[in-house]
Amino acid sequence: MSTLTALARARAAHDGRAVPIAAVRHVHLSDEPFVLIPLMQAGEAAAPLAVLAGTDRDDAHLLVVGQPRNRDQRFAFLTDFARLLIPYVEQRRARTETVEATKNHEEWQRCTDAPQLILPNTGGVDALRLLGRSARFRTPDGPYPVDPLVPLLGRHLTWFAEDRAAMPGSSVCLALTAVLGQHWATGQSALEDQHLPALLGWIDPPADMTGAEAALRAEDPDLVPPAGPVTDPAFDTGVLAPLVRAQEEARAADDQRAIAKAEEELRSALGAQLRQTWETVWRAIDVLRTLPAAASDELRWQVDRGRFTDFVTGVEEGAPPQPKRPSAVAAARRLADLEAAQQSYDRSQAIDDPLVLARYRVGGEAFSGRITFVDAERQEIKGKRAWPRPLVLLHTEDDVILRPGVKLASPSRVNQTVRLRAVRPLEGSGFEVELELQSGMGRGKTPEEGSLPVVGEERCYATFLAEQRGMRPELPETDQTPWTHGGPPWPYVPRAEEQAEDWH
Amino acid sequence: MPTSPSAPQVAAAAQSAAAVAARLDSLRGPVAPRSHDARTIAALTVNPGCSRRAVLDAAGVDKRKLSERIGFPARYGQSPFAITRGLAFEKQVKADGCAALLGLLRTSLGFDVPEHEYVDLGADPDASAPAGGVDRPTRYERTRELFGRVAAGEALLADHPLLRLDVGGRPAYVEPDVVALSARPADAAASAPARLYVAEVKSFAVIDGQADPAKVGAAATQAAVYVLALRRLLASLGADPALVAEDVILVCPKDFANEPSAHVLDVRRQLAAVERQLARLPRIAALIADLDPAVDFDLAVDPPAAEGEPGREHRGAAELTKSLSMIEARYAPECVTNCEMAFHCRAEARAAGAADVLGRPVRDALGGVAGIDEVLALADASGAPGAASGGHGEAARLLRAASRAYTEALLVAPRAAESEPPAAA
Amino acid sequence: MIEAVAADLLSRAHRGVIVDSPPGAGKSTLVVELSGRLAATGERVMIVAQTNEQVDDLVARLASAHPDVVLGRLTAGDYEVPERLAPLRGPALMFASKLTELAAADVVLATAAKWALVKDGEFAWAILDEAYQMRSDGLLAVAPRFANGTALFVGDPGQLDPFATVETDAWAGSAWDPSDSAVAVVRMHNPHLPVHRLPYSWRLPSTAAPLVAKAFYPFTPFDAGSDAQDRSLTLGAREGGSADSALEDTLDDVLDRAADEGWAWHGLPAAHVIRTDAEAVEACAALADRIVRRGAEAVDRGAGYSRTVSPDRIAIGTAHRDQAAAVRAALARRDRAQRGLTEVTVDTANRLQGREYDVTIVLHPLSGRRDATAFHLETGRLCVLLSRHRHACIVVGRAGIADLLDAHPHTEPVRLGVPVKFPDGWAAHQAVLAHLGAA
Repeated sequence: MSTLTALARARAAHDGRAVPIAAVRHVHLSDEPFVLIPLMQAGEAAAPLAVLAGTDRDDAHLLVVGQPRNRDQRFAFLTDFARLLIPYVEQRRARTETVEATKNHEEWQRCTDAPQLILPNTGGVDALRLLGRSARFRTPDGPYPVDPLVPLLGRHLTWFAEDRAAMPGSSVCLALTAVLGQHWATGQSALEDQHLPALLGWIDPPADMTGAEAALRAEDPDLVPPAGPVTDPAFDTGVLAPLVRAQEEARAADDQRAIAKAEEELRSALGAQLRQTWETVWRAIDVLRTLPAAASDELRWQVDRGRFTDFVTGVEEGAPPQPKRPSAVAAARRLADLEAAQQSYDRSQAIDDPLVLARYRVGGEAFSGRITFVDAERQEIKGKRAWPRPLVLLHTEDDVILRPGVKLASPSRVNQTVRLRAVRPLEGSGFEVELELQSGMGRGKTPEEGSLPVVGEERCYATFLAEQRGMRPELPETDQTPWTHGGPPWPYVPRAEEQAEDWH
Repeated sequence: MPTSPSAPQVAAAAQSAAAVAARLDSLRGPVAPRSHDARTIAALTVNPGCSRRAVLDAAGVDKRKLSERIGFPARYGQSPFAITRGLAFEKQVKADGCAALLGLLRTSLGFDVPEHEYVDLGADPDASAPAGGVDRPTRYERTRELFGRVAAGEALLADHPLLRLDVGGRPAYVEPDVVALSARPADAAASAPARLYVAEVKSFAVIDGQADPAKVGAAATQAAVYVLALRRLLASLGADPALVAEDVILVCPKDFANEPSAHVLDVRRQLAAVERQLARLPRIAALIADLDPAVDFDLAVDPPAAEGEPGREHRGAAELTKSLSMIEARYAPECVTNCEMAFHCRAEARAAGAADVLGRPVRDALGGVAGIDEVLALADASGAPGAASGGHGEAARLLRAASRAYTEALLVAPRAAESEPPAAA
Repeated sequence: MIEAVAADLLSRAHRGVIVDSPPGAGKSTLVVELSGRLAATGERVMIVAQTNEQVDDLVARLASAHPDVVLGRLTAGDYEVPERLAPLRGPALMFASKLTELAAADVVLATAAKWALVKDGEFAWAILDEAYQMRSDGLLAVAPRFANGTALFVGDPGQLDPFATVETDAWAGSAWDPSDSAVAVVRMHNPHLPVHRLPYSWRLPSTAAPLVAKAFYPFTPFDAGSDAQDRSLTLGAREGGSADSALEDTLDDVLDRAADEGWAWHGLPAAHVIRTDAEAVEACAALADRIVRRGAEAVDRGAGYSRTVSPDRIAIGTAHRDQAAAVRAALARRDRAQRGLTEVTVDTANRLQGREYDVTIVLHPLSGRRDATAFHLETGRLCVLLSRHRHACIVVGRAGIADLLDAHPHTEPVRLGVPVKFPDGWAAHQAVLAHLGAA
């Protein structure tokens, strides 16, 4: 928690309105996202109750589990849900572009678009993850057969909610509370920010209320139903349980009219719970669209599109579903991917957005100041060559806690690595920082025109912006897993027991 | 090691204990005290620094009712679906003399469970007993007697045992799901004595070997309360409390179905935490010693004078709120998940402009300054920070640096999309 | 002890042997000695350490202890041979960045990061130093090099665990958690590997070993390898009559206590302040300054030295980097710089791991805080900070830490399958505070 962000929250609390902590949007917003609001049954691991979904705010599709206590019903629900989601995903595959061959790979075709799921909060993403896990191992045959769309949906949901949602920089599966929280600081706590209507109340309050008042109002479950996936216990007790009971009685009596009526009432009650959240989600998306996209947006979305292409190609080619337990090698690869992605995302956010960069200035990982001296002639002789090593002096008011020897870079010139040589306190306040430029000056013996900072210029330097030239470590192939990590794992063989889960 | 107190010291201690008890009773007013159970005892570990909660709990005040009366009702509740599911699962696990549980212990956990007698302490042999089963003191006595036999070496599986813990001078009855009897874990020597294992049945799922860590943590703390109560029971019977294992058996549904799975939980940390909080309760005396005599939380309501009229409340919302304000709280946003008074304390903190409302990490990053207005004043002040900052000289420097960095950043344009992108990772 | 480990290794009865080493237990001596014995079998030995300094230290000691063993130092591209190793360069000590160029070496040493980039090559013997600080995925990258041989894992289980910069909850408790420590994962997959424990700390004085052992190694205690009479720290006379007498008296009292008892607590008034608490930072710097000004004589009859405690034998440990930077700045004041105080090592616990000094000063991780967080309570952090010294350790902190611990909520999440560390950081902090007589 940077002091800058903390201060922004204090300001928001005082002003009664959220304070922006980002100048641009660091998350891609598709032109046609697939919004979904899941409601899950209390007390069960992955029992859906209802979902409101769609790509158009005026065209919401409500799916309801007819008999919440009947477990087979959940697969009928998932089948219907698949009929909504899979076509949406398939549409994104329509057009592809050619990616040129490089030394690492051949030429390949990448989809020009990718699907995007938008959910109200991280709980919703977790619910999707569990649904994906519960569905992807089911089969159309065996003791508990399901429609073939169900395992397919399961694999898609797992890709969205588990693989991509956790990947820093990916925008394929978004939780709005997290995204909004990335860009605004409210005057309440992070815990309260998990409630989307309250969070949005701070950021975009109605004309006649402060953000705090709007948020407080949004916390009343009678006025504003929870955004899911958990339902309000009072709703469960007062509305849902009686409706479910009525439905079961109607079934027991085999009264077709009563059954139909009970189902309609259930649908209506759940739809009413979801309706307000639906409006809130679309309003939140509108608010996010008011922020201009970050400069790195295209590049990041391109990565998402590439991974999407890989995924759908894999499914088409008959790859098995994502395994329940990763192997040691797969887990190590995943950790390396996650850490690299996090580092890359942090860097690009700081480069694209001065407000984000500012956070690091207060922590001491970055400093900003004015260039006071440049010695462009300075060189270092290494081997037989003379390399340009200009010296630069910078005066800053920021606290510099870095030690000599660290590598730095400036957001305006990311490819130029600079080494910190010395930090000296100045009379009065501030520090004088001595820097040695090491790269990004062209190939010649003298620095290229325009590649050096100019006296009087304001520059910011940060450690994490300096490119890490580390190569990724070599991990063994899974079938070569060494004994330290348990040797090669058993190959995955789908087993009948996985579908034969006891249902009662 | 403290020496044992002398007789006059004991008498004095007893007298002051009585005085404390009397004051606590008067704080509560002419209402029966809310008794503790395992959940509320476990909750003692959640915010030990909050005096307000400590006093209310010690006095046995019904916090839920109090929160309603002052206009900040707590919003707890369990969904009936969750309750039903939980009961059904428990029933399934404990059916047939806990057959499923024993099966799990033997096969999946590898415990050696010797032949034993199954005793259900909740069942009443006398059919004419009042509805709801056996009354508590009787059940407690039965449990005590049963464990006397266990201490003597008998092998038993005790279902629905009722244990007792002394909490601040009052008995609290706690009820573990099962106390699996004497068993030996897989790697223990055959000659090792069998120990008593507490088993807890919970209905949250364990999926691919993992469960919600917050729920497991709560279950572990609750189980630690049972372990502690059982140990004290054995000690009072003259047996070795270490006979009760510090490992607890957690039984949960496996993956997405109803099949139970068992897991061993080491609760030593939770045990230490609960013991510590119970030992701290006597410090309540210091907290209430200086309380204004007018402070109380009397929630009693007189019966109505006439039909259809509401009864007279002994204390109105304003008086209750005032009493609350006389005891310091330690509010953090997490209180909402743990304490019925949270919404009131939150409103109080917000009205006072306390930085606590923003959360612990934020408060920490603000350098120890307690009030939001003060934070902003320090951040926006010009001139050298120093004596004028009221002892927060350094925090002032930090806040001003943050403010300056933010204002300067607002004037810089973000990078345009057309320019050269950074080298791809 | 060395014999037992050597026997286990040379018998090749197990694929791996683990040696737990409390602070200052002679781990490097063990590694150096065993390297010689393993090399003597005629088969190649690879040694993995975590940092370049650690590797170079081992190189220097190996070269000195076993001059006839040919050493190969595998390095990164931008590595510069440090001064102390340059004279040893020759047929018995080669430097290269490609393993193939070191084919003639009997023993090859490199950092874990460098080994992770090596794609081929097999060794019959491997020694992994500081294996508890190595991450599981780091081990996975290196293990193929010795998969068909035998490995020795040496490390201190009480120091800081490896960490990841992203959430690794999804893997917690499982055997394939890549963020676990290397030793933890090896043991989870191979539970029957022999585990040895070095029984003595040769670094910690007899005043420190009992506390450190009880607080941080309660199930694997160790003893000090020295007696109270073997070691002493004698301070020079107090200077008097300066402007700051009262403060200097307090500092002197603290130092005298540290010299007598091996520990001392320097308490500051209670307050909630920012991390870089100027008063606390200044106190740390002032204490180090005072030691040098008064002159301190450190004697160890067992190790056979009697020396003045020079600034480079003093370390100041903090929890955060900005605190370390602030202390460094305080030591760089002109008068202090003139006394050589910029030679004092000032670093965070992460960077102090594995290092040793005569006297250490520690800025208590919880000083001045209102709430404790998992970071500050982490046992490994406190353990590292309190186990670097041979003679005395002084802890600086504001009053109120006991209250802070008392008020700390105990609602930690619990992950199934993750072995519980008990006593935990909270209990360790309590034990330390009680011992120091702090508030």
